[in-house]
Amino acid sequence: MSHADASLAALAAQLAGKAVSSRELTQHFLDRIAALNPTINAFVTVDAEKSLAEAADADALIASGQAGPLAGVPVAHKDIFCTDGWRTTCGSKMLADFVAPYDAHVIRRFKAAGLPSLGKTNMDEFAMGSSNETSYFGPVKNPWDTTRVPGGSSGGAAACIAARMAPAATGTDTGGSIRQPAAFAGVTGLKPTYGLVSRYGMIAFASSLDQAGPMAKSAEDCALLLNVMTGFDPNDSTSLERDKEDYARDLDRPLSGLRVGLPKEFFAEGLNAEVAAAVEAAVAELKKLGATTVEVSLANAGLAIPVYYVLAPAEASSNLSRFDGVRYGYRAPDYADLNDMYAKTRAQGFGAEVKRRILIGAYVLSHGYYDAYYLQAQKIRRLIAHDFAEAFKVCDVILGPTAPGTAFRLGEKSDDPVEMYLNDLYTIPANLAGLPGMSLPCGFDAQHLPIGLQLVGDYFSEAKMLNVAHQYQRVTDWHARRPEGLQ
Amino acid sequence: MKWETVIGLEVHTQLATQSKIFSGSSTAFGAAPNTQASAVDIALPGVLPVLNRGAVECAIKFGLAVGATLNRVNMFDRKNYFYPDLPKGYQISQLAKPIVEHGALKIMADGEEKTIRITRAHMEEDAGKSLHEDFHGMTGIDLNRAGTPLLEIVSEPDLRSSAEAVAYAKALHTLVTWIGICDGNMQEGSFRVDANVSVRPVGQAEFGTRREIKNLNSFRFLQQAIDYEAHWQIETLEDGGRIEQATVLFDPDTGETRMMRSKEDAHDYRYFPDPDLLPVKLDDAWIDRVRGALPELPAAMQARFVEQYGVTAYDAGILTGSRALADYFEAAAQVCGQGKLAANWVMGELSAALNKAELDIAASPVSAARLGALIGRIQDGTLSGKLAKQVFEGLWAGAGEVDAIIEARGLKQMSDSGELEKIVDDVLAANQKSVEEFRAGKDKAFNALVGQVMKASKGKANPTQVNELLKARLG
Repeated sequence: MSHADASLAALAAQLAGKAVSSRELTQHFLDRIAALNPTINAFVTVDAEKSLAEAADADALIASGQAGPLAGVPVAHKDIFCTDGWRTTCGSKMLADFVAPYDAHVIRRFKAAGLPSLGKTNMDEFAMGSSNETSYFGPVKNPWDTTRVPGGSSGGAAACIAARMAPAATGTDTGGSIRQPAAFAGVTGLKPTYGLVSRYGMIAFASSLDQAGPMAKSAEDCALLLNVMTGFDPNDSTSLERDKEDYARDLDRPLSGLRVGLPKEFFAEGLNAEVAAAVEAAVAELKKLGATTVEVSLANAGLAIPVYYVLAPAEASSNLSRFDGVRYGYRAPDYADLNDMYAKTRAQGFGAEVKRRILIGAYVLSHGYYDAYYLQAQKIRRLIAHDFAEAFKVCDVILGPTAPGTAFRLGEKSDDPVEMYLNDLYTIPANLAGLPGMSLPCGFDAQHLPIGLQLVGDYFSEAKMLNVAHQYQRVTDWHARRPEGLQ
Repeated sequence: MKWETVIGLEVHTQLATQSKIFSGSSTAFGAAPNTQASAVDIALPGVLPVLNRGAVECAIKFGLAVGATLNRVNMFDRKNYFYPDLPKGYQISQLAKPIVEHGALKIMADGEEKTIRITRAHMEEDAGKSLHEDFHGMTGIDLNRAGTPLLEIVSEPDLRSSAEAVAYAKALHTLVTWIGICDGNMQEGSFRVDANVSVRPVGQAEFGTRREIKNLNSFRFLQQAIDYEAHWQIETLEDGGRIEQATVLFDPDTGETRMMRSKEDAHDYRYFPDPDLLPVKLDDAWIDRVRGALPELPAAMQARFVEQYGVTAYDAGILTGSRALADYFEAAAQVCGQGKLAANWVMGELSAALNKAELDIAASPVSAARLGALIGRIQDGTLSGKLAKQVFEGLWAGAGEVDAIIEARGLKQMSDSGELEKIVDDVLAANQKSVEEFRAGKDKAFNALVGQVMKASKGKANPTQVNELLKARLG
């Protein structure tokens, strides 16, 4: 098997055994990026010199015998994480030339563990989008069909893994931004329990929902990456102080006795028949492995999209106020006075979707509307969390489709925001409840586009979810397939 | 028509923490622009706030000191508005659930004690500074102050005159510096006052429409601004005008208030709970620990001074005007065992000298121990009041200990009666005219003789003794 298709564990073993150096491995992926990125547009920033320097550091770390398990394995970082010395754009004109003077907590953890960076991946502007089409740097193309979107907002991350331009990548998920692109690009991605991964240095979209997580070719790879990413950070007040755990510890546990909850609301109207069939086939596979199923109800899940499109824009409207042209980032070249400078800077620096959400957010927080929108949405958010709590009394993991359909064509939904928002129908509830969720490949539709299966677990049940996904991936090979024609 | 002025104050006190409320940057005043502004303070993308527990502790102290309710769970909200010196585009403050509610502070107004209710006190971060001078056609931004912790203390509209407002502001100033949560430096902006002022006909129950005077940084300006504003409002109403709700600024040069923005221009701050910060939880152990570390409060100390040292309530009020003054007085009183005398000296000779030299009590060249020793020498008869003043001058000039000064300058009161008798006899012999006048019934002549004796003794004679001796001789 080539380096490009190898698992992280296999790459780590080769690195530890000096069969390959981190520099060689990094160069291998840089070559693939150089060849494929003009087509896929998964990376916004590539800097071979910096990547190779980090790889050289990793080789030194390995040579010193002090290296951690994944030292030397190169990864790609979503361009939402601030990186000292590397440009951090968040997919926006507003930050097109912004170089942060510090590393995000997640980046620091990867550096400390000796994983060199392959570059910064493309994304929807400020993570607002489900197709990667809102990026200032142009859309990412789906490696399975370059006329189609890779999903979003972590579309560059998902696409670069699918195209084997990187063995793994970081992503962030506010309403499905790891899971939906993972489904569309046929990779595995996990959004951890809210608070497990520090948000420090991750440019905020909606603070109460944002959570970083790993994206890779398999659940096993995700488990190893999660081991690197998690840990208490005193710089993030919402970071959870917990004992360190090994997320790979339960991978090999048999599934006998596993209770899989099937929310009837996730198999209702609006779900593409091919997706439904693939998910049902996956359920049958899990049953063969010893799982039982139980129907559960998430009665308020249908309200998740309206609730989300009140709360996320409300927080975003405030979080994005700092992009005002005063201290860093884009500033309009001509303006009459202070207010004109603000207005023009933000009108020119933000794209349409970001402006739409800022307007929605400012509206729902404004005097006289706050109670009707924001407070009401917070109440329903608690009801949704309560529905999950009830469901987890009778099941260990909830299973359903990640998205209602497969990758759609570029431009197909970009004129209809509501149609676009419906893509996150199944993923948003986990964000609202702060629960961990993951997506893994479970088949292909008639057009040979990947289909994603979603697992939602109880708080801190990542090891169990990864166990279920890994056992499924042991008996299936959907996750191991790769798009053709991208050599 | 008789009018009544109604005033409520909002006071921003800068909390005396070493670092900022949501970052580790220093809060020290006067550093070069933007040298105390970290990634968090300048709101770089991705940064997050972490609450400084020291600021919470200051707020707890204040709540305990004004007998308020401490909200066991209180929360931070975002107040959204754009301004160049507000880096995040929002200020982190507390709206719905402040840490302190329902307190009270007693003030003296027209010789009467009055209780002013404190509605609430909440924690928030300060903004930076916009510097409009020195940047031709541009504005400089200094973010050193951005993120400095503030406690905003809001009173009920319980004040009825500028004098009451000043008395309340001063009492609050004393309290926050007393408990050590604020350095009280008004020039540096550590204690800033907004005054909400309205007027109404005496006897009317409803309040008039208020206007808010922003950012008064001295007690004198507070008084002037309220007086002007109340006068302006009364005149406007008497001329048939109406008061519109507004925010106004006080111009110290003209002594007038002028409109800053009307109610129509008021911002919609779009407050909502800050999702980056967890609710602040106060447990009993924390509160008890803070309570245990609180010093004796001004009101309690005032009562104790009356009780323990026999000073008047009025004097005790002055002596507890600051913790440094109160501590000084008490130390001096302890040394000499003479509370009333110590109070007189502290409020008299010492205060006068400090005022003249423009020195704070903490910088007094005469220590409390030495002043106490000096008073001790008056009490034991070594010094007359007049001599004591000379010794005090020596102490002020740094001439050393009390007894050394007395010795070196020969200021000891004459205690040898033989020596005094000789002086008296000499004076009587030399002033036969006065003696005859006295005997002829002129009492004034007696005083002249006393004066001559004191003069001959170079002021060291004990006046009581002189009186007695003269009376005996002339008897």
